[in-house]
Amino acid sequence: MANLTLVQAVRDALMTEMALDPTIVLMGEDVGLNGGVFRATEGLQKEFGEERVMDTPLAESGIIGLALGMALNGMRPVPEIQFMDFIYPAFDQIVSEVAKLRYRSGGDFKCPMVIRTPYGGGIKGGHYHSQSTEAYFAHTAGLKVVIPSNPYDTKGLLIAAMRDEDPVLFMEPKRLYRSLKGEVPEEAYTVEIGKAQVVRPGSDVTLIAWGAMVPVCLKAAELCEPRGADCEVIDLRTLVPLDEETILESVRKTGRVVIVHEAQKTCGFGAEISALISEKAILSLEAPIIRVAGLDTPFPYTLEHIYLPDPERVALAVGKVKNF
Amino acid sequence: MTRFFDERGMLLQRQGRIGFYVPSFGQEAIQIGTANALKAGDWVFPSYREPGVFISRGASLFKMLCNLWGNRSDVCKGRQMPNHYSFADLKLFSVSSPISTQVIQAVGASLASKLRKEKDIAITYFGDGGTSENDFHTGLTFAGAMKTPTVFICTNNQFAISVPTSKQTGAARMADKAIGYGMPGIAVDGNDVLAVYKATQEAVDRARNGEGPTLIECVTFRMGPHSSSDDPTRYRDQALYEAWLKRDPIQRFRQYLESKKLWDQKQQDILEKELKATLADAVEKAEAEPAPSIETLFEDVYSEMTPQLLEQKAALEMEQELRGKFENTSEAFPL
Repeated sequence: MANLTLVQAVRDALMTEMALDPTIVLMGEDVGLNGGVFRATEGLQKEFGEERVMDTPLAESGIIGLALGMALNGMRPVPEIQFMDFIYPAFDQIVSEVAKLRYRSGGDFKCPMVIRTPYGGGIKGGHYHSQSTEAYFAHTAGLKVVIPSNPYDTKGLLIAAMRDEDPVLFMEPKRLYRSLKGEVPEEAYTVEIGKAQVVRPGSDVTLIAWGAMVPVCLKAAELCEPRGADCEVIDLRTLVPLDEETILESVRKTGRVVIVHEAQKTCGFGAEISALISEKAILSLEAPIIRVAGLDTPFPYTLEHIYLPDPERVALAVGKVKNF
Repeated sequence: MTRFFDERGMLLQRQGRIGFYVPSFGQEAIQIGTANALKAGDWVFPSYREPGVFISRGASLFKMLCNLWGNRSDVCKGRQMPNHYSFADLKLFSVSSPISTQVIQAVGASLASKLRKEKDIAITYFGDGGTSENDFHTGLTFAGAMKTPTVFICTNNQFAISVPTSKQTGAARMADKAIGYGMPGIAVDGNDVLAVYKATQEAVDRARNGEGPTLIECVTFRMGPHSSSDDPTRYRDQALYEAWLKRDPIQRFRQYLESKKLWDQKQQDILEKELKATLADAVEKAEAEPAPSIETLFEDVYSEMTPQLLEQKAALEMEQELRGKFENTSEAFPL
């Protein structure tokens, strides 16, 4: 076991799996010599050579299109998009090509790859280094969307993603890259894609979150305890495919739900979860479902701490559903 | 002033007074040479590494500094990272972080000038890395096909963060790319302000005379880091850096002026003192400005607030009343 940060767990997963699978190739902007702008690929080019850790020209659509071609021809590409905010030139390659290839060719072709990208705010990145736009991608059939919230899950989910037969968008909460550490086994292991985790059991209110909002919810749960609400916190870990059973089981128990995400509220993934609960567990509900989300504005710079959900805002929402 | 501004920007970041800074050390001749070849009515579509273009075009130092703090007097109302200026009154287009998006937009603005039978042209700036993005290719493709009055300035500073030009393209020169788009391509010494000025002037004249677009590659070297979060010693050859240090564009121009007896140490001292005093004054005023008010979060999303935004604004105001002050939970930019 090693005590690693989340970004070290990313590197550890890549390192571990690359040693086992010689077809894995990393590519992206600054991932080689510089080890990635967040150092997620630090030292990997030295370890595995320039043919397995490639600095590419500055073109996101190129990076993903290239990865698709390599995936067809026997490689396991793990392209990095430096910031999720820069992914849009590649949107066409991801949603029109990568996500649909298996289906459009009747299963004739597949292109397993893991698109790694740091996402999210709280680091003074303004609107081009802070967004969390998982909903665009969760809305695209054919693509899996995975978002870890701690170092252990990061390694296990990333290795699982690299072994998956389908393309995976692997979103890394950059706010948590260095802000928390956890025990991570040295060997290769997987955490199953499509399984949520109850990270804090509770009986009164269910908090549902992913990525950087999981620690926010855990802190909110602590705030709520002396105020008389026992919160259960669910870390979804995977948005697509969604672990419906873990959500519904918790809702049947608590009857009260607060969904927390940093993306803007309208058409955020919280809306999907809310719809799911009303379709499949409406009779268990004791209060309206509340979404604590980013504002319906672009991401700000100076006032990001007001834009982003924080423990107190979540706790206020818990109070509302508890006292409904 | 550009050099002093950059030095001060980096210092403010290192002192923790602003969050981030993107310096343009070594690229001053390109910014000053190109900007001075323009007329007041021309459109400018900069990247995030052209403070000198803003300063040359008459942008207020105070307003630029307010952008570094993202405060109440920042034109952008504290919504963008530092260095993302916007001055519509000076036709200085709002800077974006995504690379090269402005290239095709400049073509659009210059096409509109052409359709409106105005004589204003558009100039746009991007780096060597920027030439790999789709918007560079579409920009030059459209400009060539439509013969728009556009001048493309490629600041080849030899690095896209850590990636050297040799890994960015197989082309010997960025200027060589122009031929494929049907326009002239010129490579100039980007550390020679007069050479940059002359090349830009010719391209601007061509554009204004209806002869179409030009690509100018200004060859230079990024003397500083990509940004305050970058450490270039990880990937940059120190000897190469030192060789370029001797070609400092400001020193070169000064030596030229002194050799022509147009400038001397005394004049230099007076100018430096004056510039530093002006800058210090603007810094003091900008730093004193408060943060934007909470309601600004909801402004400018649309021309008028939607019902949803009005509801969210009311909810946030209620929350503020309940909580009092919001705790600043931001962490330092981890890049």
